[in-house]
Order: sequence, then structure tokens, then C-alpha cells
Amino acid sequence: MNKNSNAYTFIFAIVLVVLVATILAFASEGTKEKRAANIKLEKMQNILSTIGLDLSREESGKVYKDYVKQELAIKEDGSVDTAVKAFNINLKNEIKKPISEQRFPLYIVEKEGKKMYVVPLYGAGLWDAIWGYLSIKDDKNTIFGASFDHKGETPGLGAEINQSWFEDQFKGKQIMEGSKFVSVKVIKGGAPQGDTHGVDAISGGTLTSNGVTNMLQERLQRYLAYFKNN
Amino acid sequence: MAEKEALFSQKNRRLVFDPLNDDNPITVQVLGICSALAITVQLKPAIVMALGVMFVVVASNVIVSLIRNMIPSRIRIIVQLVIVAGLVILVDLILKAYLYDVSKELSVFVGLIITNCIIMGRLEAFALANGPWKSFLDGVGNAGGYAIILIVVAFFRELLGSGKLFGYEVLGHKGKTLMESTGLYHYGYENNGFMLLPPMALIALGILIWLQRSKNRKLIEA
Repeated sequence: MNKNSNAYTFIFAIVLVVLVATILAFASEGTKEKRAANIKLEKMQNILSTIGLDLSREESGKVYKDYVKQELAIKEDGSVDTAVKAFNINLKNEIKKPISEQRFPLYIVEKEGKKMYVVPLYGAGLWDAIWGYLSIKDDKNTIFGASFDHKGETPGLGAEINQSWFEDQFKGKQIMEGSKFVSVKVIKGGAPQGDTHGVDAISGGTLTSNGVTNMLQERLQRYLAYFKNN
Repeated sequence: MAEKEALFSQKNRRLVFDPLNDDNPITVQVLGICSALAITVQLKPAIVMALGVMFVVVASNVIVSLIRNMIPSRIRIIVQLVIVAGLVILVDLILKAYLYDVSKELSVFVGLIITNCIIMGRLEAFALANGPWKSFLDGVGNAGGYAIILIVVAFFRELLGSGKLFGYEVLGHKGKTLMESTGLYHYGYENNGFMLLPPMALIALGILIWLQRSKNRKLIEA
């Protein structure tokens, strides 16, 4: 067959594409469960890490149920939507819906007899998405721990938000001033000493730091109605 | 073919070793610069990236070489692209399933391997005209040359930019005050934050090219 003919070119292209597509489809199907399990276990690991448990992914999956007592899907007015499974809410997609249709996942955790709330976060950094989890003590005000991660922030600068020196700063900070919601801000140039609502920003990572501030402000306010009623 | 060439004949050895220095894909051919600048802030992602590129270059080189006589020349670029893209997606899927932490480390850069000019460059320049074994060696050599530059640049950027290597604080720990700091930081040393920004990657690469050209006689232009 003439290699330069149109027929040969078409047949070659079709065969190649079908072959590659088949291989990829099999690879995708074959690893589907494993990939989904990794993502699920990582979510559990993240939730547990904000309450001070440093576990591997596998361990997290095993002990998750021992700590997380309730998974709630909160509505805008603070009531609980029992029809939705909170763990399966994908914040990335959820956040695009109108507020009244969004369900805000909240995890109620018990560690050593103490009740805590874990709030998932999702927002925009400088380059791409940033997300994380915040655990709040039973007083619905004091932060117990925070963990952040990012998709593609600048390594060494904005990407530092997932490092413990940054996350640890949030411990003990407060989201309320009296009965007013003030959130926690990431302050460029460093938070003044004794500031209960501010943490130090990352030098060179100002836009990512601002992203964290906005994310906390935007996400935490959604839970105020629930916190007030319960 | 009159005589069968030895597996590691001098010619074949040159396929592997030339791209490491004399014909380095980054510093001499100036290909694959984009990823060399983007992911050289820290050593670990640079090494994993180099391994990913190594796999894709070698595998695509061999595959294209095997079917080189069947590829219609009019659509050869598209054919190469499909093969490279398929391999990269395969790498991404496998990393996500079995090496989840590494895949998180590399995030978007895995997908960007597709656009690495070294890969298409080698397919066009070499695999289309040579047998699978030679193409294999050529892939190893060029990916090796890419890896060396990536690792050298990442080494200096991580060391000077954040005082760390593989995330370990090799220059001592920087505390809030001089007294709390250890190692070099105790004597007032400061990290050069500029090293972490993209312009410094370009400058570091430029210095590397300058050093290489002043040392390597073959590269000195008349």
C-alpha cells in the first residue's frame, strides 16, 4: 500500500488513536479504585491532622471512625441537610453553586473526650487552587489546628503554606471578637505580638497569603449560623 | 547490514555520553528550558521530574523508532504527539495510583512533560531515522543531560534560596533572633530569597552555560 496515500494516512491515524485510547482506557479503569482510595484516605488524613494526629494515610483510614463522630452537611440558614452525605461533597464543585444551594461540610470530632469542629476550606491562591482544614475547639472560637495545601503555588514561596511553621501559627488564634466574626488574617510584615486574629505572612508569598486570608473569611462565615444555633 | 554492531560500540556510547556535556539538550541545544526554570526551586521535585522525563523520552523514542517505517510522513508530528501524550497520561495515572505522594509533589508538571521540547526534538531528530536500541540510548543520554542540569540548578537554588537540601536545613536553623539561630544564621547569614524566583533560574542557567563553554573546547566558537 502506498504510504503517502490518503487512505493509508487515515487508516494509520485511526488505528493509532484507537490503540492509544484503548490502552489509556484500560489503565484508567485499572487504577480507578486505587486512585479514588488514595484521595479518600488523604482526606481522612487531612481531617485527622488538624486535630493533632500525625498518621500515615493507611492508619488514618483505620482510625477515622474512632475520632470523627458526625459528618454534617450544613445549609445556608445553619440547619442540617440529612439527605446529603457530607464526606462526599466536593468543595471545588460545590463552591460554584449559588450560596442557597451549597451545602457546607462540617466534621464533628471527638479527641480525648473533647469535642471539636473541623471545617474544610477551599479558595484561590496565586496560581491555582488552595485548600485546607481548620479545627475549632468546642467554644466555636479558638482554632485548634490548621492544615493547608495547594495545587501549584510557587515552591519555596507560596507553597510554604503546607509547611508546619505556617500552619502552627494558627493554633490558639480566635475567629470571633466577642460576638462579631473577624476571621484570622495573614498579615504581611508579621502580625503584632499578642494579635489573636493575625498570623505572619510568607515573605515573597504575599498573594498566596492573601488567598489564605480570603479563603478563611469566605468559608468560615458560612458556619456562623450553625455555630449560633448549636 | 554487513556486520552486526556491538551493543555498546563506541558510536553507541557516544549516543549516551555526548548529550551529557558536548551536546547537552538544555545548555547547548537550549531545549526544554521552560521546565528547567519552573521546577528547579527544590531538589526533590527536580529529580522526580527528571525521572519522569527520562521514562517518557526513552519509551517514546523506542516506540516511534519501532514504527518509524509505518508512520506516514505527512502526519508524523501528530503521531508523535499522540504517543507522547499517551505515555504522559499513563505515567500520571500510575503515579496517582501507586506513588501518590510523588504525584502530589509534581502536580501539574507531569502533564507538562508533554510540552517538553526535548522529547519531540529527539523523536524528530533521532528516533525517526534510527533503530530502537540506538533510540533507547539516545533517549537515556538526552534525558540524562536534562537531569544533570536540572539537579545542578536545583541544588544551588535550594541551598542559597532556602538554606536547605532535600528539605533538610543544612546551613543551620534560622530562629527569630540571632541568638536563637544556629549554624551560619547565628553569624548573621541570610537566605537569598531572589534565588527562589524565576529570574534567578535563568541567571543560574546562564552561568552554567558560560562555565561549560569556557571549559569545553568543543563548544568554543571561532
